[in-house]
Amino acid sequence: MSTPVTEPATDAAASAPQPLTMAGALNAALRDAMADDDRVVVYGEDVGPLGGVFRVTDGLQAAFGDERVWDSPLAEAGIVGTAVGMAMYGLRPVVEMQFDAFSYPAFEQIVSHVAKMRNRTKGRVSLPMVIRIPCAGAIGGVEHHSDSSEAYWAATPGLTVVMPSNPADAYSMLREAIDSDDPIVFMEPKSRYWSKAELSLPVRTAPMNRAQVVREGTDVTLIAYGPTVRTALDAAAAAEAEGLSIEVVDLRSLSPFDDETVGASLRKTTRAAVIHEAAQFGGYGAEVAARLTERNFFHLAAPILRITGYDIPYPSPKLEEHYLPTPDRVLEALASWEWDLA
Amino acid sequence: MSLNVEHHEPRVLPSEKPIRLLDNAGHALHGRETGGFELPPVERLLDLYRRMVIARRFDVQVTALTKQGRLATYPSAYGQEACEIGVVSAITADDWLFPTYRDSIALLTRGLEPGEILQSFRGDWHNGWDQHAHRTAAMATPLATQALHAVGLAHAARLRNDPIVTLTYLGDGATSEGDAHEAFNFAAVWQTPTVFLVQNNQFAISTPIARQTHATTLADKAVGYGMPGYHVDGNDVAAMFAVATAAVDRARSGGGPTLIEGLTYRIESHTNSDDPTRYRAPRDVEHWKRRDPIERLEKYLVSEGALTDDVRAEITEAGETLAARTRDAMSESPELDPLELFDHVYATPRAALAEQRSALEAELAAHAGHAAHAREEVAAR
Repeated sequence: MSTPVTEPATDAAASAPQPLTMAGALNAALRDAMADDDRVVVYGEDVGPLGGVFRVTDGLQAAFGDERVWDSPLAEAGIVGTAVGMAMYGLRPVVEMQFDAFSYPAFEQIVSHVAKMRNRTKGRVSLPMVIRIPCAGAIGGVEHHSDSSEAYWAATPGLTVVMPSNPADAYSMLREAIDSDDPIVFMEPKSRYWSKAELSLPVRTAPMNRAQVVREGTDVTLIAYGPTVRTALDAAAAAEAEGLSIEVVDLRSLSPFDDETVGASLRKTTRAAVIHEAAQFGGYGAEVAARLTERNFFHLAAPILRITGYDIPYPSPKLEEHYLPTPDRVLEALASWEWDLA
Repeated sequence: MSLNVEHHEPRVLPSEKPIRLLDNAGHALHGRETGGFELPPVERLLDLYRRMVIARRFDVQVTALTKQGRLATYPSAYGQEACEIGVVSAITADDWLFPTYRDSIALLTRGLEPGEILQSFRGDWHNGWDQHAHRTAAMATPLATQALHAVGLAHAARLRNDPIVTLTYLGDGATSEGDAHEAFNFAAVWQTPTVFLVQNNQFAISTPIARQTHATTLADKAVGYGMPGYHVDGNDVAAMFAVATAAVDRARSGGGPTLIEGLTYRIESHTNSDDPTRYRAPRDVEHWKRRDPIERLEKYLVSEGALTDDVRAEITEAGETLAARTRDAMSESPELDPLELFDHVYATPRAALAEQRSALEAELAAHAGHAAHAREEVAAR
């Protein structure tokens, strides 16, 4: 897990360490951002009295009133499109797409306006807004509740796409996203919402556009983000017993991609695999493998592997365990390389 | 201010016959047809006339320049001046306009220069003006998407207690888009100070209005959202201005959004690359040319003695001055910097973009080197 690295002097005194889930850390980040900056407004489907279906906005309406936090009509293009107008007027809207498959009605607003406004206006109109998207699976969700949409957003110039994997990053990266003058697609891995960490708030980890080496190793680099960071760490722990030293890099930011950190790790270990839940074909891992190969080919001892979901629609709850990359599947994939470890 | 406004308009359908204050012969109307709206004072109508005549001169000039190849494309609003000018004239400089690609002439009324308005159509950059300085958003190309921006900005202003109104233009085709529905609904639920102008020019490129909706009028749609809707003669600038002014006043005083449908006709083709003879009869176009919005108002102003020869001459001269300024602006060929392509995408600099920028810079330098070398060779011969 990322360790706190900085603590801005402007933040209030740190609280005593407390166990916090990722959902709780996100909630605290929203609460602190709203307290610090009255331009921050939060709206979306069921984010008011209910506190969101994952309780990420729990208590915010009671704390800040219905002019800062409110339930919108049930229409994602409307939510994002109105946020564009609010950001143009100087607010900093943080909007929630309830599940990532439900973000698709907003696709046009995000791709045609959110991503393009700053360029279109030669930098005169920035859109400081955050689109929160609960993402990925492993929660036993019925159809449309477990998609991984990150490749769509990451393929769109103008968008910044980040995905925390742990509570400390969740807090720190959401604060940074809200403070950013760029529009941020902030993806929250649903299966990690209830993961816990001891945190003193306000916690600040590395800048959100930097990848982090979250476990050091010498033989293999596992590149993961969001929910698969846990998978990679579990695989690394299991491999250690077999004498294989695995380094795990948590990307944190999908766009921009931190070539420097990931490239340095790859050049050290000479072997890499990228792990994600999304389908393989045209997935985010393809970009990772391609750009790392282009830049580091002569350092590579083996082709870069993609350990991903299958090229099928996300399965029903009773079958999702067969779809998701597991630590065992990761180790099997690594074993497929020709090893000459002498 | 509460966001939970308990405010319901009477569920009255807009009249099937469009609201109109001047008939086609330029006679002032009275009674039911006016929908209870009053004819604006003659000085106001003269000002609207002036703006429409100048706008048309601009529109004709830009269409000609486009045929000469000076612009990549131009969607003309010829024949729609009463909608375009009448409605935008009802808002103030502090209010915001969210236009579409067909609304160049409305932007003249916002004080934009021809060079700013036409920069995107000339192909220089996707938007050519400072949106905040003019309180005028970039022209939206994806249909109805800008209506949501107008609603969001209006809501933000209301949260800030700024008494501004947002006005957005849509076409008849755009009312079929989901974003139009969402914008109408959000505006009504949040009671934002927003005025929606639907210019029903009866064609979405080639698709006639009958294939766009089964509703009797597009204004009917307002009723389902719980906001007032007005079906107006879109070639009667007096009616368009009067209805829009009432809607803007209502919005500013907390009365929520309004949907105005202006029934008009697109005299020109969709853009210069369109061929309207494939989908409509010349006699239909002639029919609508006889309902010209400028001629109608002119007849009224003449009958009122407001349009003197001096005034006509002044307006003509102003139109010619603008046309000349437009020609001058479009004959300029500003030096475009390809490296600027990388400079505005993100507020936060990116290493990958800096690399690509350097690559293009090297490519440009190499091209310049080749060109210089070629010139030297030619000179040496």
